[in-house]
Amino acid sequence: MKQMKELAGITGNPIAYARRLQETSGKKIIGYMCSYAPEEIIHAAGAHPLRLFGSGRNILLADSHLQSYCCSLVRGVLEDALAGNLNYLTGMIFPHTCDTVQRLSDIWRLNVPEGFHLDIVLPVKLDTADACQYLIDVLHRFRDDLGKALQTKISDDDLRKSITLYNNIRNNLQKVYELRKSNPDLLSGRDVYALVKAAMIMDRESYLTILQAVVGEMQKATGTADNKKNRRKRLILSGGICSQPDIYSLVEDVGAHIAGDDLCTGSRYFAGQISVNGDPITAIAERYVKRVVCPAKHMGNRSRAENLLHLVKDCHADGVIFMLLKFCDPHAFDYPYLKKALDKEGLPCLLLEVEDQPQAQEQMKTRIEAFLETLKTL
Amino acid sequence: MAEGKDPEKEKRKIKSVKKMKAIMTKYYKKAKLAWLTRKKIAWITSGGPVEPLIAMNIIPVYPENHGAMIGASKMGVDLCQKAEAMGYSSDLCSYARSDISCAPAKGGPIGGLPKPNMLICCNNICGTVLKWYEVQARYFNVPLFILDTPFCHTQFTQEARQYVKKQVEEYILFLEKVCKKKMDHDRMKEVGRLSVEAQRLWQAVLDTAQNRPAPLSAFDAFFHLALIVTLRGTRQAVDYYQELLAEMKQRVADGIGAIPNEKHRLLWDNLPIWYRTRWLSQKFAAADACLVADTYTSAWCGALQYIDENNFLESMAEGYSRIYLNIGIDEMARQVIQMIDKYKADGLVMHSNRSCKPYSFGQLDIQRIVREERGLPSLMIEADMVDERFFSESQIDTRIDAFMEVVRERKSGI
Ligand code: SF4
Ligand code: SF4
Ligand code: SF4
Repeated sequence: MKQMKELAGITGNPIAYARRLQETSGKKIIGYMCSYAPEEIIHAAGAHPLRLFGSGRNILLADSHLQSYCCSLVRGVLEDALAGNLNYLTGMIFPHTCDTVQRLSDIWRLNVPEGFHLDIVLPVKLDTADACQYLIDVLHRFRDDLGKALQTKISDDDLRKSITLYNNIRNNLQKVYELRKSNPDLLSGRDVYALVKAAMIMDRESYLTILQAVVGEMQKATGTADNKKNRRKRLILSGGICSQPDIYSLVEDVGAHIAGDDLCTGSRYFAGQISVNGDPITAIAERYVKRVVCPAKHMGNRSRAENLLHLVKDCHADGVIFMLLKFCDPHAFDYPYLKKALDKEGLPCLLLEVEDQPQAQEQMKTRIEAFLETLKTL
Repeated sequence: MAEGKDPEKEKRKIKSVKKMKAIMTKYYKKAKLAWLTRKKIAWITSGGPVEPLIAMNIIPVYPENHGAMIGASKMGVDLCQKAEAMGYSSDLCSYARSDISCAPAKGGPIGGLPKPNMLICCNNICGTVLKWYEVQARYFNVPLFILDTPFCHTQFTQEARQYVKKQVEEYILFLEKVCKKKMDHDRMKEVGRLSVEAQRLWQAVLDTAQNRPAPLSAFDAFFHLALIVTLRGTRQAVDYYQELLAEMKQRVADGIGAIPNEKHRLLWDNLPIWYRTRWLSQKFAAADACLVADTYTSAWCGALQYIDENNFLESMAEGYSRIYLNIGIDEMARQVIQMIDKYKADGLVMHSNRSCKPYSFGQLDIQRIVREERGLPSLMIEADMVDERFFSESQIDTRIDAFMEVVRERKSGI
């Protein structure tokens, strides 16, 4: 598909894209690192939300602020900021999740001179009425704070327009995942990766146009696509990590499909719709409460396992690959119980500890290959 | 028995230690026999509001205190490895790791903690406790109450205050439901007053270290802390700290210091390195350096200013939300500087503790701020509070020597 080439260029170098976007459109760019960032509110303020993923530079400057036992995503993004690589940002927002990001927010506020800085101190539990009320209050405060920082007023109408745009994006990404469920060959995993990543980087209106075209082509091809390769093993990516490593190509290279995922840079990003009726802020909060929970938040004691089992069934998957970013506490704490839940159902899984190092790729590939071998014997 | 003992050393020993040991032994015995007395047991995080439990006659048990005991008795590596075999990464907090593996193994220095009837998790210290208590809630299959205290980067907002206040009400309802009885509010008021009194006494005990020589060091404080963590809100804690305070005042009057020849005064940051407290205290004492204060043990009285002893439940929301670990790095640095001034410290020793991310990330900035504002030398020790595999004695030994050299030079230069 011709659209994919354009997307690959953009996702390969998000920083260059964002700089260009700012220069050509004059849009104010707001950085974030977590899928609890209320993009709709940023967009409604006329600004452009940009998800940051460390550019992979050597860590030199961030070392004077964060010890080596900090996850590479946080170290990487701080390195970019300190190196002046993100000086085109008008502001940076920090939804509260894990202990590491909590401290990154402080360090950023004290050390990164450019742009404004806003915390969104979300509740940690999402399963009580008081917590939901607090979440709504916090989002209201964010709307006010952001309006002040950008010297604009964010009206309910603006919010509804943005919500509609984002619903449309989410809806179409859902369609991509749905279509691939029955026929993964419609779009390679590599392309799915770029497609979802671009949704967090590109100008959202231009992105929607491309996304709709992709969905259209996939729908046209549904009847004609070659189904032969579909006896390949189907895997789910889970354990989630906040950044997005390109494991999709690895899995495909060794002859398996990624049939679904439970990642914040995958299906968790676009799950759920937001109601356009009633108070838009309340509606945004409702989506966060209903969405599959982040491991740094609390929603009962077993909801993530239940969701994972459901996902495996729904995608007719043969196994699960857990990806953990080294030093990521919330995800590491959930792994043993998620694995146990899978074991109980006789579902095989593989744990990959992901680090941002090129030599790790080869090793990962070997392990995925070995995992596939065991799947074939089952 | 007495012969062969060094009278110099004997004089320096804190007499209350014995009493504290006895109280703690009795406390754990009582907790372990709770099933006999039909008392309920709650596991609670160290920063959590224990007062309502005491008022409801529930025995509070602290997995973190248990973690410290595991560390001090050098059983940490074994239990941490067991947790790793269960699938928990070796990068997770070693309190959590050792407690999680201790539950099924019934291991550790006291054969595991008594089984909980409920779990009370307050996230004012970290996000780790949330995950840890979820693990235990699944394992023991008991109700979990989460007191969510929104992080105060730069402020404690109005909506956060309301949210925590509502949760305090929910907390009481939760306890009433589990215990199937109503809270006695008169008793609660009394417990609240006792808690505040114990916290004031604890602060007063720590304050005696302002004297030269300091009658107690941070290493002593690590030990005597146990009651303010586990039993604040009881008469026993108040009585104990009154005695300890009297003993400290006497030591000041007699000129007895925590170390024989106090020349340098240092401030400690972060949790103790439990399995090496003795080694470290001897190492510093040999350099005539006394760790006169620390950010850790003072955390249990640091939020006193927000608490109204006559209206404990109401004011508790703010007090529990604004403790040392739940505030921004700049505010932490400000408090560190206050302590440096108050205790006239000559240097700062920071434990970069790979177990505790919320305590350790930001230390490098605090270190820089202290250097800029007070020009104090500081030392960063890379270790872990329980898992000995991350402690390199030879390296730390050399670094302490080098650091003390700087402290000495700086002082002689003035
Ligand atoms: S896993 Fe949690 S912290 Fe990470 S991006 Fe998702 S919501 Fe944010
Ligand atoms: S990867 Fe883990 S530690 Fe890093 S920011 Fe995300 S949740 Fe936090
Ligand atoms: S992470 Fe830190 S605050 Fe939390 S339980 Fe571990 S040592 Fe305590």
